[in-house]
Amino acid sequence: MRAQVETFLALLARDARVLRRQLGQFLIRTIMQPLLFVFVFAYVFPKIGQGFHGASGGVSFTTVLVPGLIAVAINFQGIQAVALPLVQEFSFSKEIEDRVLSPVPVWVVGLEKIAAGALQSLLAAGVVFPIVYLVHAHGAAPSVHIHDVALFVPTLVFACILSAALGLLIGTVIEPRKVTLLFAVVVIPITFLGCVYYPWATLTPILWLKIAVLVNPLVYMTEGLRASLTPELPHMPVWAFSLALVGGSTGLTVVSLRTFTRRVVT
Amino acid sequence: MVAQARTAESPIRTEQLRKVYPGKPDPIVAVESLDLELRRGEFFGLLGPNGAGKSTTIGMLTTTVRPSGGRALIAGMDVRTNAAAAKRRIGVVSQANTLDRSLTVWENLYYHGRFFGVPRRQARERADELLEQFALSERAQAMVYHLSGGLAQRLMIARALVHEPEVLFLDEPTSGIDPQTRINLWSILRDLHRRGQTTLLTTHYMEEADALCERIAILDHGRMLALGSPAELKRTHGADTLIVLTIDGDPGPVAELAERLDGVRAVESDGEHVRIFAPRPEGVLAKLVTAAAEHGAQVRDAASQQPSLETVFLALTGREYRE
Repeated sequence: MRAQVETFLALLARDARVLRRQLGQFLIRTIMQPLLFVFVFAYVFPKIGQGFHGASGGVSFTTVLVPGLIAVAINFQGIQAVALPLVQEFSFSKEIEDRVLSPVPVWVVGLEKIAAGALQSLLAAGVVFPIVYLVHAHGAAPSVHIHDVALFVPTLVFACILSAALGLLIGTVIEPRKVTLLFAVVVIPITFLGCVYYPWATLTPILWLKIAVLVNPLVYMTEGLRASLTPELPHMPVWAFSLALVGGSTGLTVVSLRTFTRRVVT
Repeated sequence: MVAQARTAESPIRTEQLRKVYPGKPDPIVAVESLDLELRRGEFFGLLGPNGAGKSTTIGMLTTTVRPSGGRALIAGMDVRTNAAAAKRRIGVVSQANTLDRSLTVWENLYYHGRFFGVPRRQARERADELLEQFALSERAQAMVYHLSGGLAQRLMIARALVHEPEVLFLDEPTSGIDPQTRINLWSILRDLHRRGQTTLLTTHYMEEADALCERIAILDHGRMLALGSPAELKRTHGADTLIVLTIDGDPGPVAELAERLDGVRAVESDGEHVRIFAPRPEGVLAKLVTAAAEHGAQVRDAASQQPSLETVFLALTGREYRE
């Protein structure tokens, strides 16, 4: 057992080494999208007099955006950090053949990938938070506070695990030549239909959509962060997103580790 | 350095090891029933044509292919029920380049050691030491992305040795590399053998098996056809000396005469060549040259080829082409 924990930590240390080497890339791919987003919607729009007025009452659009964009950063980073290298390792680089010879059961190798992806998601959330909080036009400041640490921390952690487990599953099943479809078919629909730009409750006029988006894991991440960061906005009941995040991350972890093991050991 | 307990167990033992892949309409039997036992320090070769079951066997022994039946033990550890412990005892050099492209040459060795529980300081020392031994020190800080095929392979072997495995697996290490690299690789492998490294090599190059292996198992269609030292195999498996005569004039009479000689098993003739397969070649060549002269034919050239593993191999596995 101790030997296996050592191997697990050594695998994490290897991933940390690679992340340090590619920190610039990591920051660029993490920051660009949310930065441009808040720049256009929280700075340019108010300045030019264009704005969104919806069911969110008197709350500024930036307040709606902050939890949403953090959740997008988590989700995007978790999927990408695990799935993209894994697709390469399975196809042309074949690195996976060596990695699974590490002296641990194969599922531990997969679990380490989830852990590394979840940590990168967490890091992404930390990087994105100040940007989406600080970049806005005068008078368009979001109203964001960590109202409930005991809710915020587990929400964040399970959101990170969920997205990394999704990354492992996608990276294991996707064919290398179809990897470019990952963004069109998975990442973009998840993002646009993830209740990022509007709270889930406001979807009531389009009931079918309100129900359909419940398959989208990002919905629970944004709603969970809304409940702990901007509770004055409408959000899902705590039990609902908690159940989805804990159940989803546990379930996806089990399924993705199984799929990974089956792919590696024939 | 990691001191691993060297047990009295055989480094590799298989009992009726079997692998069947599901297939339509019929299941595919990749390995039928394999019994193998390696001795400590032995250099062992698995030889066979494509599709013989070599890679499946290696896969089972290295835990990435799950056996359908029988057992495989690495130093006493069952690869199925105790895979992690078995993996700790093996080093694997696979056919493909599986180096970690995101790391430097040195880091590939260091982190591999760490994966296998080598403490930090020792992992650093071991990495330096192996780079020295494999003449890679100058490239220590290079990204492996930029290594040539030969250097990459040397690094893969070095990496497989970081944790001092009881058994080293080499899966067709010389397919597709240039002759200089191959000679260099052979000398590295001989050196490891001298240091007592148990090694299992798969190859379809006869001269490679002949040059390196103490014992060879010839595999085909998932079955072991022969097992023994290269010399034993040549002696016992119908390996003939091949005599090729080049005749000025009609080779017919020479061929007819050759067929009647003692010690000759088969004769083929085409155009101006007569090929004689002789299990007991003593005196055959002299008799033929004399006889040819008596029939007014001139022997322009005569060549005799000793039995080789290649002739053993072809005798056992047949001549038909494999994909």
